[in-house]
Amino acid sequence: MFKFDKLVFGDAGWGDEFLIATLMTLLVSILSMGLGLFLAIITVWAKIIQNRITRFIANFYTTVIRGVPELLVIYLIFFGGNAVVMSIAKVFGYNKYIELNALTIATIAIAVISATYSSEVLRASYLAISKGQIEAARALGMNKFSIFFKVISPQVIRHALPGIGNVWQITLKDTSLISVTGLVEIMRQSRISSNVEHSPLTFLITAAILYLCLTTISGRVFKTLEVNYSKGFST
Amino acid sequence: MIEFLNSIQNSLIYKNFFLVLSGLDNTILLLLISLPLGFVLALLFALGRVSKITLLSRTIASYIFVIRGTPLLVQIYLIYFGLGSVKLIRESFLWYALKEPFWCGVIALTINTVAYGAEIFRGGIQSIEKSQVESGLSLGFGKFLLLRKIILPIAIRKVLPSYGNELILMVKATSLVSLTTYMEMTGIARKIMAKTFAPVEAFIAAGILYLFLNFLMVQFVKYLEWKYNPHLRLNN
Repeated sequence: MFKFDKLVFGDAGWGDEFLIATLMTLLVSILSMGLGLFLAIITVWAKIIQNRITRFIANFYTTVIRGVPELLVIYLIFFGGNAVVMSIAKVFGYNKYIELNALTIATIAIAVISATYSSEVLRASYLAISKGQIEAARALGMNKFSIFFKVISPQVIRHALPGIGNVWQITLKDTSLISVTGLVEIMRQSRISSNVEHSPLTFLITAAILYLCLTTISGRVFKTLEVNYSKGFST
Repeated sequence: MIEFLNSIQNSLIYKNFFLVLSGLDNTILLLLISLPLGFVLALLFALGRVSKITLLSRTIASYIFVIRGTPLLVQIYLIYFGLGSVKLIRESFLWYALKEPFWCGVIALTINTVAYGAEIFRGGIQSIEKSQVESGLSLGFGKFLLLRKIILPIAIRKVLPSYGNELILMVKATSLVSLTTYMEMTGIARKIMAKTFAPVEAFIAAGILYLFLNFLMVQFVKYLEWKYNPHLRLNN
């Protein structure tokens, strides 16, 4: 039933494969979290400037993606992404076949999902900044650029950190869905190993423990960051 | 006009819509069993979590920790592929349920929602003001009556918004059961995609149905909030 001796490193076991798969999960999570935060900033910006069209587009994007299962979004981007990229390339006069690699598709798909969650967190923490501060900065003659980097972002980071920590946990767990696209991360590796060794219980439990380690450790990291960023503020 | 209607009827997205629609009942069936069951168990688990019996409280806390720290997909696979590989289970009565992807899905979804729900209800129970419990005690309420008349009603209505969130997450989570060959909406959309090579049309049809399902869920939660929080209604 259990074949935990198959988890040794080297050719006899799957230890090193699982290590690489764990790093792949981390890589996809970090890349898509970063891209997702970037997309989220654009979405928040589209929501808070007084423009009906951009606000409608941003609201439509967040509502639809959050109302549709993650798996569906991943399928759509995995199977439909190539066609979209090729049709864009055609506009620029490039007619050859383009295939995105699995990592790119995985990163984009997870980023599109996690951006909707991050954007809600960022918007709430932006709204928590009192208007007087921005007005004061303007009265001091700061331009838009330095208001954003010196007044808004430091405070948004502090307010948003707990929420961003939650989004990170969700993103980390969502990467398990990427296994359907064939990218070898923890989930996919555990399926491959259990098919070879005929012992799904062993490798699925291994996968569960690895995910548990990742979420626990990153939870600790975010706690430390929160303490760091709220220095001088009683929480 | 008629030509236009005909062209719509012949379009792939229109045909796919009804194909995917035939999977709607399977999706709803999953929810109809796992949501009520999850609700009741989550309440019980939350009560166990706040109880003074350390062993019970610790056990439930570690259960919640494990379930919330691992992806739902791992849990579904563990039940469908993992438990099925154990000979002892294959020979016991449990196999009648576990050989069906449907029941594996129900079990996994229930286990998952109980962990999240218990944590939500725990927050609600712990946020009840002490004075309300004390006034109940001074009126001579027993433990059970106190629970039924004061603690649970107040706790549940307080956490309705966050529990509503969990319900919507559950609607979305049913799509993962398609990976155990259970043919609900995502599974059918996947099959259509494999047949027609038209991914966008197939998945948009499914996406519209999920959005509709979630819309209904939001309205349902809004109605519950309106009904059970009369003191928060804007104009009464």
